[in-house]
Amino acid sequence: MKTLREVPCGQTVTVSKLNGEGPVRRRIMDMGITKGVEVFVRKVAPLGDPVEVTVRGYELSLRKADTEMIVVE
Amino acid sequence: MAVRIALAGNPNSGKTTLFNALTGSNQFVGNWPGVTVEKKEGKWKGDKNVVIIDLPGIYSLSPYTLEEVVARNYLIGERPDVILNIVDGTNLERNLYLSTQLMELGIPVVMAVNMTDLLEKEGNQIHRDQLALKLGCEIVEISALKGTGVNEAAKKAVAAAEQKAAQSVHAFDKCVERVISSVEAKLDSEIPQEQKRFFAMKLLEKDQKIAELMNNAPDVSDEIQEMEEAFDDDTESIITNERYVYISNIIKDCITNNSKKKLTVSDKIDRIVTNRWLAFPIFAAVMFLVYYISVTTVGTWVTDWTNDVLFGELIPPAIEQGLLSIGCAEWLIGLILDGIVAGVGAVLGFVPQMLVLFIFLAFLEACGYMARVAFIMDRIFRRFGLSGKSFIPMLISSGCGVPGIMASRTIENDRDRKMTIMTTTFVPCGAKLPIIALIAGAFFDNAGWVSWSAYFVGIAAIIGSGILLKRTKLFAGEPAPFVMELPAYHMPTVGNVLRAMWERGWSFIRKAGTIILLSTIVLWFLMRFGWSAEGFGMVEELDQSILAKIGMCIAWVFAPLGWTQGGEGWKMAVAAVTGLIAKENVVATFGMLFGFAEVAEDGAEVWGRLSAVMTPAAAYGFLVFNLLCAPCFAAMGAMKREFNNVKWFLFAIGYQCGIAYLVSMFIYQFGTLATTGVFGVERSFFMGTFITAAVLIAAVGLAVRSMIRDKKKGKSLQCGDCGSCKGCH
Repeated sequence: MKTLREVPCGQTVTVSKLNGEGPVRRRIMDMGITKGVEVFVRKVAPLGDPVEVTVRGYELSLRKADTEMIVVE
Repeated sequence: MAVRIALAGNPNSGKTTLFNALTGSNQFVGNWPGVTVEKKEGKWKGDKNVVIIDLPGIYSLSPYTLEEVVARNYLIGERPDVILNIVDGTNLERNLYLSTQLMELGIPVVMAVNMTDLLEKEGNQIHRDQLALKLGCEIVEISALKGTGVNEAAKKAVAAAEQKAAQSVHAFDKCVERVISSVEAKLDSEIPQEQKRFFAMKLLEKDQKIAELMNNAPDVSDEIQEMEEAFDDDTESIITNERYVYISNIIKDCITNNSKKKLTVSDKIDRIVTNRWLAFPIFAAVMFLVYYISVTTVGTWVTDWTNDVLFGELIPPAIEQGLLSIGCAEWLIGLILDGIVAGVGAVLGFVPQMLVLFIFLAFLEACGYMARVAFIMDRIFRRFGLSGKSFIPMLISSGCGVPGIMASRTIENDRDRKMTIMTTTFVPCGAKLPIIALIAGAFFDNAGWVSWSAYFVGIAAIIGSGILLKRTKLFAGEPAPFVMELPAYHMPTVGNVLRAMWERGWSFIRKAGTIILLSTIVLWFLMRFGWSAEGFGMVEELDQSILAKIGMCIAWVFAPLGWTQGGEGWKMAVAAVTGLIAKENVVATFGMLFGFAEVAEDGAEVWGRLSAVMTPAAAYGFLVFNLLCAPCFAAMGAMKREFNNVKWFLFAIGYQCGIAYLVSMFIYQFGTLATTGVFGVERSFFMGTFITAAVLIAAVGLAVRSMIRDKKKGKSLQCGDCGSCKGCH
């Protein structure tokens, strides 16, 4: 099982599942990261965290710890 | 009857611009009851009978963020006549996600699609009629920025409100729809027909806050189980997924996408601004510019002018003349001049500087750079329970704490914002510099380390507080989720920037003004009245005043801090109290108390007298006490304004004074131990010291506990605040 955390910059992946529960997960889903959506990993912040991704046509930033709950293929 | 239009939409969708375009100057800015979230209301320029309520910018109607809860409580509880849903045309997919939720509320919805001009420039096209048909609501294309279509949108909204037309509702997967209908059937007549779908879906999502609103919420565990088994997922995710699947289907038919994948201007800017090597130098340059202009140069010029000329040379003599000519009593002149005018001056003196700063902040926020600041700084600040955006308030506070506290507005998360408000005044501000100069000159031969160590103490207090408070139940729990949109850069309009500046400045003047004025008057009374040879009355000398008497009564409190060693401890206590009006007053107060009419800014005249009554260790402790304790009244007013909650405000002040006391005591005790080999005061007193410290800690602990109890009673709006779980849902 590969998570979004392991995806290097510049790659596009498809979300297959979201692990975990609670507010952060709901927030991530509200922002459009749901099953089947394409996510492009755009860049990492200068200090290595958070990351910036493109999803559903806009830019979203996520902490690396939170990207672990996003399973991708 | 007035028609109420609720303006709802995502952050960065142009909601504020649309609100300003619709209402012009007919706006009332306040806060939603009991929370720090801003509430704006206005009357439509086209018809004064139409009231427009600007809801907080939200992405969803989930129960997890304060803004979302505030918005949905309004929509469910107050039921506006119509929702005007503003949607960013360049980002239709995510914006429609909120729309699907708004349409379930059983309130007529009119959709205003913003920025369609930008979309067309990129080569895309929205088929408006098609979209209106699929969504089942009126759609108006607008450009909030240029003001086109804006009034048409409002007219359509008013028309929709009058028709009370039932909303045609979108359809999800067959299985999901079947389960929803089954739950709808279980709802009793308490829920009106048109709202049944909303309540049914919230029950399925296991939304406790909605269940609590209902008198008899039916048990829907069977339905939840059925759905979860069918989809192998939890209901919340299934419904979120269904919404996005539904939206993707609509988008396919309603937008012709011709844009080629190319870098937009915004992408190019972002490449440089958040570049690995350039991000921090650019950030430093931007901060330097903001600081330099709003604090060092322009801000100080206008503030100095307001304080020294307007409220120094112009207004007071004019009022004095006027009062003398009508034969006003001397004490009344004193009250008006030294109490009221000085108090008003203290409030207004900060305003020009603040307005200059707010222009910059409004610009940085509106253009999209502020989101990048959070993006690049997050990693450092989240360790201390602060947000990446906390850097700005703290930097500003090194000039003046008042605009610093007000700058915390830019932090979205409630917990981060509170923590920032509480700790930001630990940074030595400009008014504390004279105290530093006084102590450095009187005790340490003007050593440079005194002033840089003051900044070090301030920063250490912030970091220490962050680490400490994060462990208390008040701030405990998961770090705030950092799932943040990085909006495309765009040039804000001058009007919007100026309006944002004025709103913040005015809210400071109005709300903070009262507390500042009141406390200045009280302190004026305490300083000017007292017991002289002729009995109680107005006194000339400060050492006869009520304040001096109070100082003498409470001086023992500061014994563990070494202030009383020279027998003149009350003078330090009085000086610390007058420092509450403005920190530089500490120096002038020493001047008065030691019998000098006028002293230089660094109080060079009193150096000798001061060094005779305090040891260097006690003096450095005194300095630290003044740096960390409650800030001046103006800053306290700003704190009260921003907390919007008396308990939090008192807790913050208590915490600051407590920390100041403890740190200062440790400096004195261990400083004395290091220099003389024994603790600062005799053993029995030292015991007293520890008892005091224990009492203080206990008091803070109790305050915290009572606040948590309040929260558990349901006063809290934000889950996870109590810290007893990882979210109570």
